[in-house]
Amino acid sequence: MIARRTILTGGAGLLLAGCDRIVQIPAARRILFAGEEMQRGLHRALVDRAALAPEYTAAQRSPIFRANGTRDPGTPEYGAMVANRFADWRLAVGGLVANPLSLSLADLRALPNRRQITRHDCVEGWSAIGQWTGPMLGNVLKAAGLRDGARYLVFTCADLYGGLPYYESIDLVDAFHPQTILAWALNGHPLDVAHGAPVRLRVERQLGYKHAKYLMRIDAVASLAGIGKGKGGYWEDNVDYDWYAGI
Amino acid sequence: MDTRPVPAGTDAGAPPDPAVAPGTAIRRHGLATRLWHWVNAVAVIVLLGSGLGISNAHPRLYWGQYGANFDTAWAQLPRFPAWITIPAGYNLAISRRWHLFFALVLGFGLLGYMLWGMIGRHFRRDLSLRRRELTPAHLWADVRAHWDFRFHDPARPRDYNVFQKLSYIGVLFVLLPLAILTGIALSPGINAGWPWVLDLLGGRQSARSIHFVAAVAIGVFTVVHLVLVILAGVGNELRSMVTGWWRVPQ
Repeated sequence: MIARRTILTGGAGLLLAGCDRIVQIPAARRILFAGEEMQRGLHRALVDRAALAPEYTAAQRSPIFRANGTRDPGTPEYGAMVANRFADWRLAVGGLVANPLSLSLADLRALPNRRQITRHDCVEGWSAIGQWTGPMLGNVLKAAGLRDGARYLVFTCADLYGGLPYYESIDLVDAFHPQTILAWALNGHPLDVAHGAPVRLRVERQLGYKHAKYLMRIDAVASLAGIGKGKGGYWEDNVDYDWYAGI
Repeated sequence: MDTRPVPAGTDAGAPPDPAVAPGTAIRRHGLATRLWHWVNAVAVIVLLGSGLGISNAHPRLYWGQYGANFDTAWAQLPRFPAWITIPAGYNLAISRRWHLFFALVLGFGLLGYMLWGMIGRHFRRDLSLRRRELTPAHLWADVRAHWDFRFHDPARPRDYNVFQKLSYIGVLFVLLPLAILTGIALSPGINAGWPWVLDLLGGRQSARSIHFVAAVAIGVFTVVHLVLVILAGVGNELRSMVTGWWRVPQ
């Protein structure tokens, strides 16, 4: 009976240990990582592409909105922008667009702005609710005019994370979603450095690491290959996080 | 071996099955049950291990819509050690890969088994509780039978005892669906499409808390299940869940 018990409980233990070996096998890894595509396919099939993320009331906001990731890019260039209150900051919109743009903070504020109280879900598991203000990315992209073949938007940031440039990317479904905004204010105040000043992306139906802070460039591209290590973002390239972070 | 009847006297009137004398081999589990059992067993173990790995990323539980470091947590979880997490050692990305792949295996596996169990009448035939089984006298007799390690009514050895039925009903119809629903509620993509799931559960952080509690309950079920398999006879029980054939205990 001892031996049988060992077989049963040992079997579970072996399964746990075996999992670490399995991930090392390229074919098994591909199958496991294909889960992301299955989940994304299910979401696209089950959820209306224009469905809005839940919005909350002012009373439901987190008392303190936790800052995470880079809390200060700390480079001389960024320090200089903070020093003159981002007066010389410009957001470049380029790549596969008909009219490349260079937008100042005043330009972004002059566009029709959306104000939304939404929930920010970190991949680690915590959530914070806050009010974000900014123009819809879709309107900026319409002004730039996407050229044929543009399939993704790549966001280049001012910060280095672990010595590597932070960047992120989303597809056109999320880029033209009404809640996808270039936020310059949190809870009615201009973004502080910890939360991504002067402008961060809000892509409300995905996890926090997609919401790139310290935006410098937006590029429309046909493919994510050749950018960074080709997986569409800092975390995707370096730590195997899912590119589709709707789950 | 104690051979007293399990629920003494309560089966009066119900004719015993004549074809199942002790030692007889009977077909206990259908192919769909066996297939689902093993697929689900692997999924549950992978989900529990990877789930504990995910928990290590932020081992605090909250109630309500939001919850982060500055908010009040109702539970501060321990750091789960490497021998029990998938992967061994902290790697949130790989824990999530395992978790979100096997979530699909668990969810669609359960869906398929549910459909088969309802259409094929397996649940009605083998899991539905009869009124006489829920009387205090019967429940008490079954507690004493379990205490004496007697798990089968010799008159009807094919039937599940009442606690077996209750725990299978609890896992199949309450815990697994609850774990799946609360897991779905954690997806910001699904939140947009099905906001009612969040409303039903009282917010994402409540859903996350319930998800953890349901997982612990599934873990407890799994341990008790394994202990009872050992007490009831590993060889016989294991064979019945592999080949379907089970020998009526002496």
